[in-house]
Amino acid sequence: MIAPALAFDAIGCTFISRDDPGQRYTAVRDVTLTVEAGEFVSVVGPTGCGKSTLLNVGAGLLAPSTGAVRVFGQTLEGLNRRAGYMFQTESLMPWRTALRNVMAGLEFRGQAAADAKPKAEAWLRRVCLGGFGDRYPHQLSGGMRKRVSLAQTLALDPDIILMDEPFSALDIQTRQLMENEVLALWAEKKKAVLFITHDLDEAIAMSDRVIVLSAGPASHPIGEFTVDLARPRDVAEIKATPRFVELHAAIWAVLREEVLKGYAQQLQAA
Amino acid sequence: MKNALQLRLWQLGLLGALGVFWYTMTTPGLLPNFMFENDRQAAFFFGEPLKVFGRIWAWFVRDADIYRHLAVTLVETLLAFGFGAVFGLAMGLWLALAPAASAILEPYVKALNSMPRIILAPIFSVWFGLGIGSKVALGVTLVFFIVFFNVYQGVKEVSPVVLANARMLGASKRQLLRHVYLPSATSWVFSSLHTSVGLAFVGAVVGEYLGSSQGVGYLILQAEGSFDINTVMAGILVLTGFALLLDAAVGRIEKRLMKWQPKSGETEKL
Repeated sequence: MIAPALAFDAIGCTFISRDDPGQRYTAVRDVTLTVEAGEFVSVVGPTGCGKSTLLNVGAGLLAPSTGAVRVFGQTLEGLNRRAGYMFQTESLMPWRTALRNVMAGLEFRGQAAADAKPKAEAWLRRVCLGGFGDRYPHQLSGGMRKRVSLAQTLALDPDIILMDEPFSALDIQTRQLMENEVLALWAEKKKAVLFITHDLDEAIAMSDRVIVLSAGPASHPIGEFTVDLARPRDVAEIKATPRFVELHAAIWAVLREEVLKGYAQQLQAA
Repeated sequence: MKNALQLRLWQLGLLGALGVFWYTMTTPGLLPNFMFENDRQAAFFFGEPLKVFGRIWAWFVRDADIYRHLAVTLVETLLAFGFGAVFGLAMGLWLALAPAASAILEPYVKALNSMPRIILAPIFSVWFGLGIGSKVALGVTLVFFIVFFNVYQGVKEVSPVVLANARMLGASKRQLLRHVYLPSATSWVFSSLHTSVGLAFVGAVVGEYLGSSQGVGYLILQAEGSFDINTVMAGILVLTGFALLLDAAVGRIEKRLMKWQPKSGETEKL
């Protein structure tokens, strides 16, 4: 049996308040989940349930309090070198042009600029930004910046792609275009994807599997659904199919209660 | 366009009015005495514009002997800025990235910064003599803190997401310093460029004024010693014009280097 690309084994994360060491907050507890090579897995859950925490653990940016992460069977220590991470907020270096941003990862990994440049240019063309290489991030629109980020991440050809609500800041049309683009690129390369979102529609439309997290604190998976919709999919069209509606209803039944719980907690805290 | 022209005309008009006011108030015998008992006294205290411009004409054209002094002042300014910026950059980066060192040195930095550093000039003339060295040293102490605080701030305010992204792209510690911290810090240095070049100039001129054998500050000092107010005024005007030129040059350099920074009001280019 081949080891899964990414395996979380009883991961728990407890944060200690910096000002008051007695204050503890357990974001996630006992999270066990796997992403097989070439599989697209989404994690959905109410806001503040520790989805991003999980992703940071998977990237090796955050060390878990308990449990271990295994990457293709090997226990992860330090940064996850086989993973690419697409962040929720702006992550491009504002002092580099779009092209040089895409080149950054290749340069960091020791490629000569002369080798990195044609690769980066090819990736910019693939995300439909061929003519925008010399623009600085502030000269691009939000959707274009996201596409540069995508090219930046994928140019390194990572085996695992981690995505933290990458399209949440985009308008609905741009978002659907980007979702389709990501699906097309994924279908080409078949990488393992761990996709974090709070948007159930997005999760179902894109994934092979959807995992539902409970409301925080100490959130953990409470449901797992296999999405057996045919590929290739179009995220806009697929939402009208009966099977999609069925799945949506089934997952929402589980998620609904957690969302309400999370909302009630936020009200209490406020 | 018409507005800009009008603005210029008003500005020139104001300059002309000030000149005429100066001329009428100081020329002996032009107006009856109402302030001073002797009609030469106004000229003695405030100088006469025609003689002042005559002096400037002699410096630049007739005798052409000011260029040597201007060059000395310019060299002092540039050296003070260069050394101050490099030290400030190095110290700022070091203290921002080494919290322990920063915690230990914090009170000393505060004390040095709040000390009126102009008062170090006499010590510097003892240490470095009356040549260029003491002026550069004084300028460096002024420039250093401006650059230092800006770099410190710049490093502290590097977006954590940009940093995490660079790490995920494979940047080593040195690469982070070179490709993330340094560009971010230099942007802060450039935003303070006008202030720091101005202070380097102040350091040079004040240093010369306190004791020297060449430089524009020295010319002023000499003239003051013989109560030659016209030459003092001429020196002040030359310094002002020179400072304006320096500032314009800084503005052009800044524009070229800070191309990547969004300017307020600039529309997004698509």
